Amino acid sequence: MQLYDMPDARGHFGQFGGTFVAETLVEALEELRVMYEQYRHDPEFLAEYAYDLKHFVGRPSPIYHARRLSEKVGGAQIYLKREDLNHTGAHKINNTIGQALLAKRMGKPRVIAETGAGQHGVATATIAARLGLECVVYMGSEDVKRQAPNVFRMKLLGATVVPVESGSKTLKDALNEAMRDWVTNVHNTFYIIGTVAGPHPYPMMVRDFQAVIGIEAKEQMLEMAGRQPDVVVACVGGGSNAMGIFYPYIDVPNVRLVGVEAAGLGMETGKHAAPLTANSPVGVLHGNRTYLMQDEDGNIIETHSVSAGLDYPGVGPEHAWLKDIKRAEYVAITDDEAMAAFHNLCRTEGIIPALESSHALAYAEKLAKTLSKDQIVLVNLSGRGDKDINTVAKLANITL
Amino acid sequence: MSRIQKVFTALKQQGKTALIPYITAGDPHPKHTVNLMHTLVEHGADMIELGVPFSDPMADGPVIQRASERALLHKVGLTAVLNMVKTFRETNQSTPIILMGYANPIEAIGASVFADRAKTADVDGVITVDYPPEECGDFVHQLRSRDIDPVFLLSPTTDQKRVELIVNQASGFVYYVSLKGVTGAKNLDIVEVSERVASIRKQTNLPVGVGFGIRDAATAKATAKIADAVVVGSRMVQAIEASTEANLLSNVAALMDELKAAVEAANN
Repeated sequence: MQLYDMPDARGHFGQFGGTFVAETLVEALEELRVMYEQYRHDPEFLAEYAYDLKHFVGRPSPIYHARRLSEKVGGAQIYLKREDLNHTGAHKINNTIGQALLAKRMGKPRVIAETGAGQHGVATATIAARLGLECVVYMGSEDVKRQAPNVFRMKLLGATVVPVESGSKTLKDALNEAMRDWVTNVHNTFYIIGTVAGPHPYPMMVRDFQAVIGIEAKEQMLEMAGRQPDVVVACVGGGSNAMGIFYPYIDVPNVRLVGVEAAGLGMETGKHAAPLTANSPVGVLHGNRTYLMQDEDGNIIETHSVSAGLDYPGVGPEHAWLKDIKRAEYVAITDDEAMAAFHNLCRTEGIIPALESSHALAYAEKLAKTLSKDQIVLVNLSGRGDKDINTVAKLANITL
Repeated sequence: MSRIQKVFTALKQQGKTALIPYITAGDPHPKHTVNLMHTLVEHGADMIELGVPFSDPMADGPVIQRASERALLHKVGLTAVLNMVKTFRETNQSTPIILMGYANPIEAIGASVFADRAKTADVDGVITVDYPPEECGDFVHQLRSRDIDPVFLLSPTTDQKRVELIVNQASGFVYYVSLKGVTGAKNLDIVEVSERVASIRKQTNLPVGVGFGIRDAATAKATAKIADAVVVGSRMVQAIEASTEANLLSNVAALMDELKAAVEAANN
């Protein structure tokens, strides 16, 4: 039985979360909240969702014991939850299917999404194609340039990709623009948010759709190792893959939960994307209250990470809450450390991880060294690194 | 009685509608803002809505987004905006100033510190776009205890129950957003707006301002016939954007004259 019972009825996790939106969106969010409450326990809806996860995504994703990596690191046994093996290559699809099925039930023929690296955009375009929904994806014009293959993928899937020229021209600005579209087209449009941020009910709903990761992991760990892991490690940008694997473990005693943020060029340089690790002030952005990277005037500052998926100035409100109640710990890994872990997994296990997931791997290696051989660290390998080969090649001065 | 209430009461006695122009503080450059404010008043502004620049203006269209970006280039934040109001007040103690912006700059200093500083600068009202009434009980209390009016937006999707909730927290006036969408999106539908304003009036005695989508003399005139205040934002900012340093004040003055004439024509 789940003892942990968050958020409250209006989407608050303690002081975090909530519904900080312009009046024009309040009714749309209320409609979504009511519909989600209706369907989240509806057997027919859940069966449809489960069917797609199995037959379209290929779930359950396996857990893999990375024996050679564990041996090389020398310490605890490292296990990987293989979200990289999902259709479209990351955990993002778990959530987009859930929300798209909801959009269909709500009679909304058009879906919109924001995307940074393009993984959530691809996952949204994918399910929109499968369900016959019109799909528009907002993407910062800087990211459009950096992630050309994913832009082409979305177009192949029939989506319209709109480059966003405002602000820093990255993920946060794409989110602003998607919100503006939603305000304008709220009558026929469902906004599929890709992470556990945004106004209520999004942080809760995205968490619920991603919780399949942790639910499966709990069963699989029992089968494979006869027990639950000592530590669960996941990377945190907005934090959807981490919430997905953490949530079912919150009530399990003696399982440490560690979220790994992007330290970018180093915490001391200020060029990072780690609001929790940096003890950033609490503020309001994108519809919720959370820890936010900002200047003294309350303007959001630019973030840095080698991994576009972690390059976000805020963090999902439930992570802010888990940090404050000390149920989860948050640490940060630099670009260089993540790159080293990326190459390490490629060479020792034959798995090319996403740069986002490489942050979790890097911390897992550090931590495993301090633990004994009979202890277990479970890493959420949230995505595969095929999308990142251009970035990695560029860092090595190689032209593909 | 607050300065906002006084102005509305006086206008009502004369059968007039208020004209409220919006500019973003610091746009196109902080050195112009106070002069622009005085020009607005000289050319018929009954109150001024002064935008606080923010890095992520989610409810604004491209015109006001660009104004925010221009101001932020010169690091115009909430503190700088309050100083501009102070300077304006040195020579104008009668025109109400309403700050319009987003929650985070206020969160950064805290509701009570903000309310203190706004009071010291002699601000009259505050519109916080992303503070719906459910989330800002303390903030409203901090403002009202210092006689600053919390002004709330009502939208075409706000139902009667929410109108009730909002008017119970608001003071000064309520601001009806005349279309779905961001600021400056398109022209408003005057028949629909008229019905909504009539319906809002059944639920409150507060004056009702109308804005979003008032782009020319014709829409200003039509709106002035049904509202207590006409708010012009994106069109004003466009005039600023299209100006050079040399003709900035004269362009804004010309637009104000046109809008003021339209509003007065509606009142005759």
